[in-house]
Amino acid sequence: MVHAVTSPFQRRIAVGVSFVAAIVLVAVLNRRAPGAGDASGAARFHLTNIATEAGIDFVHHGPTLDPRLDNIAPLIGSLGAAVSVADVNNDGWPDLYVTNSRFGYPNALYVNRGDGTFVDTARAAGLADVNRPGEGVSMGAVWGDFDNDGLEDVLIYKWGYLQLFKNMGNLHFTDVTERAGLRRWMNANGAVWFDYDRDGLLDLYVAGYYRSDIDFWHLKTTRIMENSFEFATNGGKNRLFHNLGGGRFEDVTDRMGVGSTRWTLAVAAADFNGDGWPDLFLANDYGPEELYLNDHGRRFTLSRVGLESDSKSGMSATLGDVLNRGRVDAFVTNISEPGYLFHGNNLRLNFLPELGRFQQAAEGVVADAGWAWGAQFGDLDNDGRNELFIVNGYVSGDRDRSYWYAASKIAGAYGAVFEDARAWPAIGTASLSGYERSRVLVSRGLAGWSDVASQVGVTDEYDGRAVVLVDLFNRGVLDVVIANQKQPALVYKNTVPPGNHWIAFKLVGTRSNRSAIGAEVTLQAGAARQLQTVDGGMGFASQNDRRVHFGLGPTGRADRVVIRWPSGTLQTLEHPDVDRLHVITEPGR
Amino acid sequence: MSSPSLVASRALWARLGGLDPRYPVSFLITLILVLGEARYGILGGYARLATALGVCVATELALSRWLSGGRFANVASAYITGISLALLIKPRADLLWPFALGGFLAIASKYVLRYRGRHLWNPSNFAISLLVLAAPGSIAILSRQWGNDLTTNAVIWCFGLLIASRVRMLHVTLTYVACFVALALVRSLIVGGPLLAEVAPLTGPMYQLFVFFMITDPKTTVSTVRGRIIVAAAVAVAETAIRLAGDFHVPALSALYPAPPILALAIVGPLGKALDLYREARSGRMT
Repeated sequence: MVHAVTSPFQRRIAVGVSFVAAIVLVAVLNRRAPGAGDASGAARFHLTNIATEAGIDFVHHGPTLDPRLDNIAPLIGSLGAAVSVADVNNDGWPDLYVTNSRFGYPNALYVNRGDGTFVDTARAAGLADVNRPGEGVSMGAVWGDFDNDGLEDVLIYKWGYLQLFKNMGNLHFTDVTERAGLRRWMNANGAVWFDYDRDGLLDLYVAGYYRSDIDFWHLKTTRIMENSFEFATNGGKNRLFHNLGGGRFEDVTDRMGVGSTRWTLAVAAADFNGDGWPDLFLANDYGPEELYLNDHGRRFTLSRVGLESDSKSGMSATLGDVLNRGRVDAFVTNISEPGYLFHGNNLRLNFLPELGRFQQAAEGVVADAGWAWGAQFGDLDNDGRNELFIVNGYVSGDRDRSYWYAASKIAGAYGAVFEDARAWPAIGTASLSGYERSRVLVSRGLAGWSDVASQVGVTDEYDGRAVVLVDLFNRGVLDVVIANQKQPALVYKNTVPPGNHWIAFKLVGTRSNRSAIGAEVTLQAGAARQLQTVDGGMGFASQNDRRVHFGLGPTGRADRVVIRWPSGTLQTLEHPDVDRLHVITEPGR
Repeated sequence: MSSPSLVASRALWARLGGLDPRYPVSFLITLILVLGEARYGILGGYARLATALGVCVATELALSRWLSGGRFANVASAYITGISLALLIKPRADLLWPFALGGFLAIASKYVLRYRGRHLWNPSNFAISLLVLAAPGSIAILSRQWGNDLTTNAVIWCFGLLIASRVRMLHVTLTYVACFVALALVRSLIVGGPLLAEVAPLTGPMYQLFVFFMITDPKTTVSTVRGRIIVAAAVAVAETAIRLAGDFHVPALSALYPAPPILALAIVGPLGKALDLYREARSGRMT
């Protein structure tokens, strides 16, 4: 008891004991830091990598760059592994498109045979040989039926010229970039299809990362890097292309006010404020996130919703209904490295309609997932709550050599110093947050989230970039596909014990764009609501299946489904059958 | 400048020189806090500042009264320490305990880790060093910069040098900076990397707090100008050793790499101070 300590000596002893106890407490609390290992608790699904058995033997190759960037080539050339989902031949089986990023190395279009295997048809389809000198290399692709002919087309964004391929049917594609007015050189790492003016035609937003005057193979200057690690604005300019119809697009970036130059790495579109018009959410590297609110298709306004002063290193823009509130929330991955940097991921709960702002809810394992890249929400065990799958790891070189110390030398410097790539210390063969394991986070409701990655069979340490969730084998469960940088792609087949029910929807737009991209599907079961949106591209360098999937838990209850089509049309389905996919066509006027 | 204003400025300058050094230093760190928060949101949440500041001040008041005959200590030092911790400790998003425990350990170290009646470590230097070494999974100190902006850097350096001069510690700051730049050149030659990369850390926030608040702390610097210059140079040399170990990926020292200057001071500073106190005692100058 403190009051019993009376002599000066005893008091000093008491203070000394408290001092030592505080040091011990520091060590104890540090050991409880998240990320040290998986949480206990049963996970009700299991993921098995079946890439080889499925015939997906894709290995990504990173870009080679101008020799003047040799000192940090592994850092700059650490992007380009991407994966997107589309049913390219309308056979009801989801197909996969994965990108390569080195001259001469082909992209792959894995067509789903429906028997558990895939076959690469990219070369025959005309989608393989797109990484060529003078044209640039692929960084990702997004699918959408821009001409509403019932076949999904693809936009490949690159460090180089954008390429738009029209799906001609019979697994054949034609390059229509020039005719569409999209032949632009951009150093882009993200894009999204969405219909910002609700005219029924998909528009296109492309995120520039590096400046568009940079040709990575013929550099005019090495002053190409960010000019601040926190508030950089010298990145590539994002572009909004308005679909005019007739296969033509018009650059309306400046008119619509969405030409951010904040090093955007990822972009997603959804109606955040509930006004019926899709907004743009940007995850920016070296700066704060941005939300551009859509003013009835006339113009976008950069909102002030609490994002502007929270500067981190945004890598991925992932949307999902985190708490089953019927709201679109946003998850943005960032960087964490013990001892050096805790930017922490952001989980932005959407309270825009009520409070005019997001509420940050990331803590524990959600906040810290290492050097995190792509992420997706999805109900992996069909229990009615979303899981969160995060891939991570930047550069896996020598295990015993880390670039973090070298990077820390310039991290706090005057921006003009590190804007020049030549001022950066050479990385050599060192790692930078390499060999990190993916995270599979399960929601425990009010108890927070638990990482069950190794329990469910996810133990790889590849440098993950893009991840998508898709019911690959039409079984009513979401599988996971990952594109890894300079490493093999992974296909995690999901095994879910029987007992939980599900329901899925494929939407076909009529007044809206045919792909129904941007449609919101709200499933009501009693007081609970789940919201899913049809994906035009989100996460990092990825696009999920356009079909939306809901887990329903053991009760299998689905009272009502409300579809808000991009056109604004509302459609209600009462008591739809569960454990099946519903194909819903948008009603006419 | 008109003559009356010149006279007034000189009078202010003279009065500043007569102040307890803790007050101009408190002004400087408050300036950095306000400027950094207003322009860049450097705190990452006011709860962090409140916790660090509150625990530092409360610990100072409690321990001084309990251990020093019922008198409360001046809290200016605790104020500087609290703000230093709030600025330099960048933990995981949801953690406040590093500020609470760091604040307690910083102030308590003044009362516990003593030699010949004096404390040896600058309080914030001790706490941050301990947290970097004992809790790397929970804290970092480099998460935010001052926007990597030259103007902000220049303002802080101008005020910092001015105040260091007034509190008669400019020689410490300049010695350290000169040694750092010279040794950066040496490191660049040894490592073979760009010189700018080696000099660059000096423009970062950790160094601004380091050269104006830690290495110049009057309570933990040695008693002579010559001694302080030697210690400042020795800190720079120790830091260079840590940095070279980092460049050559020496695994045994990897815990030191996130904060080389702070840990170099934590190693060299107390040794210098203890030696100084010992010599003082031996020479009979100590009363």
